[in-house]
Amino acid sequence: MSQSQIMPGFKPALGYTLVYLSLVVLIPLSTLVFNSFQLSWEDYVAIITHKRIIASFQVSFGSALIAAAVASFFGLVIAWVLVRYSFTGQKLSDALIDLPFALPTAVAGIVLATIFQPGGFLGNLLLEGFGIQVAFKPLGIVVALIFISIPFVVRTIEPVLLEFDTSMEEAAASMGASRLQIFTKIIFPNIFPALLTGFALSFARGVGEYGSVIFIAGNLPYVSEIVPLLIVTKLEQYDMEGATAIALTMLVISFAMLLVINLLQHWVRKRSGQ
Amino acid sequence: MSIVLSNISKKFGQFSALDHIDLEIPEGELVALLGPSGCGKTTLLRIIAGLERPDDGKVLLSGEDKTDHDVRKRGIGFVFQHYALFRHMTVFDNVAFGLRVKPTKTRPSEAIIRKNVHDLLNLVQLDWLHDRFPDQLSGGQRQRIALARALAVEPKVLLLDEPFGALDASVRKELRLWLRHLHNELNVTTIFVTHDQEEAMEVASQIVVLNHGKIEQKGTPTQIYDEPKNDFVSQFIGHTNVFHLENDGDTWLKGSSIVLDNTDGITAHVRPHHIGVEKLDENASSPISLKDWQHLGATIRLELTNDEFKGTAKVIYAEMPSDQFKQSRLKKGDKVALFIRQAHWFNLEKPHVPEAATNF
Repeated sequence: MSQSQIMPGFKPALGYTLVYLSLVVLIPLSTLVFNSFQLSWEDYVAIITHKRIIASFQVSFGSALIAAAVASFFGLVIAWVLVRYSFTGQKLSDALIDLPFALPTAVAGIVLATIFQPGGFLGNLLLEGFGIQVAFKPLGIVVALIFISIPFVVRTIEPVLLEFDTSMEEAAASMGASRLQIFTKIIFPNIFPALLTGFALSFARGVGEYGSVIFIAGNLPYVSEIVPLLIVTKLEQYDMEGATAIALTMLVISFAMLLVINLLQHWVRKRSGQ
Repeated sequence: MSIVLSNISKKFGQFSALDHIDLEIPEGELVALLGPSGCGKTTLLRIIAGLERPDDGKVLLSGEDKTDHDVRKRGIGFVFQHYALFRHMTVFDNVAFGLRVKPTKTRPSEAIIRKNVHDLLNLVQLDWLHDRFPDQLSGGQRQRIALARALAVEPKVLLLDEPFGALDASVRKELRLWLRHLHNELNVTTIFVTHDQEEAMEVASQIVVLNHGKIEQKGTPTQIYDEPKNDFVSQFIGHTNVFHLENDGDTWLKGSSIVLDNTDGITAHVRPHHIGVEKLDENASSPISLKDWQHLGATIRLELTNDEFKGTAKVIYAEMPSDQFKQSRLKKGDKVALFIRQAHWFNLEKPHVPEAATNF
């Protein structure tokens, strides 16, 4: 950084950023890594490869992926409706989107568990009508995760849709493109990077989500037990090493997956000359 | 393809953008829709394109009523003010878009698409940029790509919305001539919107002057300039001195020795180059003196002040060829005599001055 900068204060700003990042993110996370060094590799592998743990990883990452995909689709539709149409109650709907952000996740979990349980309003309907039980099954986890991740998708796509140059659509129409072609060839490629960001945020949130899930999941070992719950269980049993090992594994997998999504995003942007 | 607009009206809320417009454009013309901002010219262009529906009236293309036809089915090419290039596609894919979205039955093979696109890119002299993205191009290049893209579907009418508005002056000048030559080559009926009268004069074969949603005048650039129908057109096209004769300060015009072709009106518009200026002795009794002058290239603009009068004739602008200016040895402060060779007279209740009129 020997070149002179237009904006002054590069060094203090960088210093501040690094201190802040260290205190809040890096030091806690590295403590996790260092703590896990107390374990031998064999012990670590033994903990991680336990069937119950592996099952919980499958449940956590699987349901987070499905939930992120579903939330991306519905979030896109919601953002589209909020941006592209005007209707009464639009501002109210827009405000409602953020509610899952604000609501304590446990409250959300209890509410979802209440209505989706077999005796509950929606749970009864789905069970009687389609034979689908949501609560206390992995499906319940997915429902809870969709609930909490929709705002991430809506709020990342919304600004991109708002900024979208509608004359591009008119240009495509003037060349004879159908509405479907305009969406698939013009609009979607332009919002795809934002959609990926929304997906990544939903996924990250879903993997780490605890409060809203444990009430609706049923927490059956091997079936509907999520990783964060196992960590809490280990901690309650004063099994610090076990908890650390699971947490570290989760950290590594999450980081790897986010990295992949970011690379994908980079590739998409580059391919489209942005 | 000929275009006939009959009785077109369009309102946006309370605002009347277009007010009973009737216009005929014969095939092969290069027409400018000219007017100040907010005059409805872009709305009219969008109605011809089918991007906007008129509240009232009909749009006939080649004699067929296309009022209810979508933009997709009108066979037009539209170039947007800010180009609207697809930023996620290369230049090549942008130009190929119109051909690739055709239904399978009428879609040309990929080899033909490739050839057509390269031909078009050669036509706009930018084939070497075919694998770039729009963000990597300059404004002038984007404009030409937007034009190539619009031409790819072989439109029968080419519509351009402020095609040179976002370009810098030198590129604009170059592209104006280029568009005119391109039109001569392709002979596609072309309509473009502009607020710049010089641009309209330079490029178009026909000019339609619009103001407040109405057509003020339609004609060739020569007709519009030499025979303006009303004071709006006269003021909007080119520079002009406006003298209101109901104003006491301006009565000297009528009573002076200045020769005017006729005086049947209360407002006289005099083009600067229709005013002759002659240097007088220092002792002469003329109230008019040369306050300042500016070199505009081939012509010199003279700023003349009239100390005795308080009306609109207090400051008069005249122009003369720079050679003549040199010979006349005029300098600041010299007393001068004026000769008005030609004036346009208008009878007006209330003169309205256009927003974007360039009065020097």
